Amino acid sequence: MVNSIWLALIVLGVVTGILSGTSAQVTRGIIEGANQAVNICLGFIGIMTLWSGLMRIAESAGLTRTLARFFAPLARWLFPSVPDDHPALCAITMSLVANLLGMGNAATPLGIKAMEELASLNEGRDAASDAMCTFVAISTAGITLIPTTVIAIRTHYRSLNPAEVVIPIVLMNILATSVALLADRFFRDIT
Amino acid sequence: MLLKAVAALSNLVVPLMIAVICIAGYAKKVRVYETFIEGAKDGFAIAIRLVPFLVGMFVAIGIFRESGALALLTRILSPLTQTIGMPSELLPLALIRPLSGTGALEVTVDLVRKFGPDSLIGRIASTMQASSETTIYIITVYFGAVGIRKTRHSLAAGLIADFAAFLSSVAIWRLILTFD
Repeated sequence: MVNSIWLALIVLGVVTGILSGTSAQVTRGIIEGANQAVNICLGFIGIMTLWSGLMRIAESAGLTRTLARFFAPLARWLFPSVPDDHPALCAITMSLVANLLGMGNAATPLGIKAMEELASLNEGRDAASDAMCTFVAISTAGITLIPTTVIAIRTHYRSLNPAEVVIPIVLMNILATSVALLADRFFRDIT
Repeated sequence: MLLKAVAALSNLVVPLMIAVICIAGYAKKVRVYETFIEGAKDGFAIAIRLVPFLVGMFVAIGIFRESGALALLTRILSPLTQTIGMPSELLPLALIRPLSGTGALEVTVDLVRKFGPDSLIGRIASTMQASSETTIYIITVYFGAVGIRKTRHSLAAGLIADFAAFLSSVAIWRLILTFD
């Protein structure tokens, strides 16, 4: 599916560009896209290095196991294939907490860390495991308790009540996450 | 008041996480600094491993946006949005939200500025922006980091959830304003 979307974006874009005479902008978009991608990765190096180091301390201190055990009842239901005291559960918890608190880009490396832990259970296969799909489904649905960016925008444009959107957003998040989990369960056996 | 407390709390999270991990390590007699360095060595490789995945995705999205294909798609789909009760001004946001985080933010800022934060469109746009993540970016980054090529049903699940969030963002504000 990623394959066909990728192909469609490129082919439809190039054809539209030729037909509407925007090829110059398309060329600029290509170069900017490539640069932006590398810049994001470079920006990750620092924070990714930091979290990798901290997670190693947490593991050595047994903190990951404590947190994993705390999260176990929920995790057993969401990720039945992950053993109860596996560090993956701790990494998943930390990533979800970071997202809940609206940490934005600082949360991404924690999510990657969780994927690394889940990959260690996947025995080098090149297809995603069930647990990975579930974790990604939750992450793509987004679970922000504190929509910091949106509140900032609304404050900037002089909303009478910038935070009035928080409750609807939380409701939408719960709904989106439930839908993502249902879709994940539904498609799991087909794919 | 509540908002200030919440903002203060979110600013505390990262520093507290770091402090708690280090103190817990020290209490368990872990050689914290050496252990940190040992683990930190992995971080660089993980970040660099993402490059091909992100370049591939960002270039494709750049082509689609800059060529005007996204605008064209918006125009084609706009009769459809009216039948489901979504103001057609919100369609560009719905289309770009799963593709590009910065792109979606630009559209949201533009809508809030143009229609006002307390208009129906401003409120729905704020809700749509925050009630979903950049699905394609997350799938690219998360699976890319661990070298998974077959992402199975992840994209489908993510997009279905986005769609549900957008439709209900419209519905919830229409409902709230009806009772208001």
